[in-house]
Amino acid sequence: MNLNLTRRRFIKGVIASGAAATTTGVWVAANGASRPAGAVERMIRININGQVRTVDVAPQETLASTLRYKLGLTGTKLGCNRGECGACTVLVDDVSTYACSVLTHSVKNGRVETVEGLEAADGTLHPVQQAFVEELSPQCGYCTPGQIMAAVGLLRENPSPTREEARMGLSGNICRCGSYDSYLDGVMRAAQIG
Amino acid sequence: MPSYDVMPNMELYQPVRVEDALDIASRYADRGWLVGGGQDTYGWLKDRAKSADALIDLSAIDELRGVRETAEGIEIGALTTLTEIAESALLKQSYSVLSDAAAVVASPQIRNIGTLGGNVSQDVRCWYYRRGLSCYRAGGNLCYADTPQGMNREHSLFETSRCVAAGASDTAPALVALDATMVLRSVDGERTLSAEEYFVGPAVDIENTTALRDGEILTAVRLPKAWANAEFYFEKVADRNVWDFSLVNVAAAFKVSGGNISESRVVCGAVQATPRRLTAIENAIQGKAKGAVTAQSVAGMASEGARALAHNGFKIPLMENLVKRAISA
Ligand SMILES: Cc1cc2nc3c(=O)[nH]c(=O)nc-3n(C[C@H](O)[C@H](O)[C@H](O)COP(=O)(O)OP(=O)(O)OC[C@H]3O[C@@H](n4cnc5c(N)ncnc54)[C@H](O)[C@@H]3O)c2cc1C
Ligand code: SF4
Ligand code: FES
Ligand code: FES
Repeated sequence: MNLNLTRRRFIKGVIASGAAATTTGVWVAANGASRPAGAVERMIRININGQVRTVDVAPQETLASTLRYKLGLTGTKLGCNRGECGACTVLVDDVSTYACSVLTHSVKNGRVETVEGLEAADGTLHPVQQAFVEELSPQCGYCTPGQIMAAVGLLRENPSPTREEARMGLSGNICRCGSYDSYLDGVMRAAQIG
Repeated sequence: MPSYDVMPNMELYQPVRVEDALDIASRYADRGWLVGGGQDTYGWLKDRAKSADALIDLSAIDELRGVRETAEGIEIGALTTLTEIAESALLKQSYSVLSDAAAVVASPQIRNIGTLGGNVSQDVRCWYYRRGLSCYRAGGNLCYADTPQGMNREHSLFETSRCVAAGASDTAPALVALDATMVLRSVDGERTLSAEEYFVGPAVDIENTTALRDGEILTAVRLPKAWANAEFYFEKVADRNVWDFSLVNVAAAFKVSGGNISESRVVCGAVQATPRRLTAIENAIQGKAKGAVTAQSVAGMASEGARALAHNGFKIPLMENLVKRAISA
């Protein structure tokens, strides 16, 4: 993973929430009437696939829930809902993240990308999507959105990985159909056409 | 037991200053739940095996992140992610036993979010306990893992006391090998503990894996200059290379002069609730040549005192072999 990107993510977080802290002089960033002082405000604005969406998010809600059940972005799959399969992988500020295992509130100052955001406006597939089609990477397809997002994250950090690096990059994504080698073929092709 | 999709309703705080986090943590005490990356937290809450009134998300606190050089060595903010630790040039250069350990935790996505503070403060991985059974560790009066039918392949060889669960953290043994100092803060001020004191076993506190008290936050981990650029070894053995916890791991640091070991710290993880320092081995290899001959002569001592459960006897030769490899390397 690219350290500058992680750093940028937390700097943005600090800038966004820190601004509230300095204007009020305390940590009470948003003081909801029925909530204890300082607890988070439910209505948030969050950048998803380049669009700023306004959404009502419960404090304990995961990003996967918000995407699927609040915003209708069902391309992000839930397999295990416990951080054990990778089906829910999305990018937050270019860093691959399990959407089932992160609070929406924890990433609200970041840039979230899901599989729905990859296709260009004119319908051109992202190089990873195109390469996965050409290499017949998926079988049943359930793990595919997660594999795609993990591959996009890997190639942003390392545009021409060795096959071994690609294997490591996709190692957090289980495929019950066992299509691992075809996915790796896809990543290697995407690196060429990307 | 039903499987729940979502967590129950709770408050969430996202302080940006450590003082504010300490205020909130002190206010909620045992009903507040600190969150670094949440990778060990959300499963407990989704499963209703544990609960909290409020989550205190520490991830926006700038001063708790990053790896920096100090006059005494290196200080790592507790909220630094495992990926940042695995890729830190400073750590790879001078304290590679820690970056190597961080690099094999869980999966890439979990390392991207999971923090050092969360990794060393995580709870044990015993499925009876995680499923919400009221065993000793959960305040009950039975250990389900240590019964004739109990599944205990992953459990402890040493220092059991009613609970036989093994420690899960891969970075914890590395911190003990480096003789790290843990910095703890509360509204009452700061205290420091050695890594060895930070981790506690069931004989001391059966319900907690660390010496953290309610309202306390681990703010930083300090690595002493004394162990910078020593010869290091880390190896983890697990069923799968990704996600799975260590069956046994070894973290070792050796100071070598003229081919001989002048000082060492050899630590095994996942063989008891806390990282196990093998002081008998450290003493036996002092002054000896670092290599296969010395390794062979002491490896059997690694498991002295082990008490195998029904299904974890394989950990004994595994531990001996890992220690042998650490000294041979
Ligand atoms: C599928 C899966 C596989 C895993 N595999 C491994 C593995 O192979 N090796 C391994 O070591 N771990 C593994 N883990 C465990 C663990 O989730 C991660 O290692 C991670 O590092 C935990 O960090 P976190 O910041 O996300 O923890 P959190 O969930 O945020 O915190 C864990 C605990 O520490 C406390 N805490 C967090 N930060 C602080 C702080 N600064 N001060 C005081 N207390 C704090 C929390 O209150 C909580 O009790 C795995 C987890 C999952 C879900
Ligand atoms: S090993 Fe510990 S955590 Fe597991 S059932 Fe026994 S008492 Fe509970
Ligand atoms: S659904 Fe998130 S990792 Fe399986
Ligand atoms: S293609 Fe079926 S699970 Fe991967």
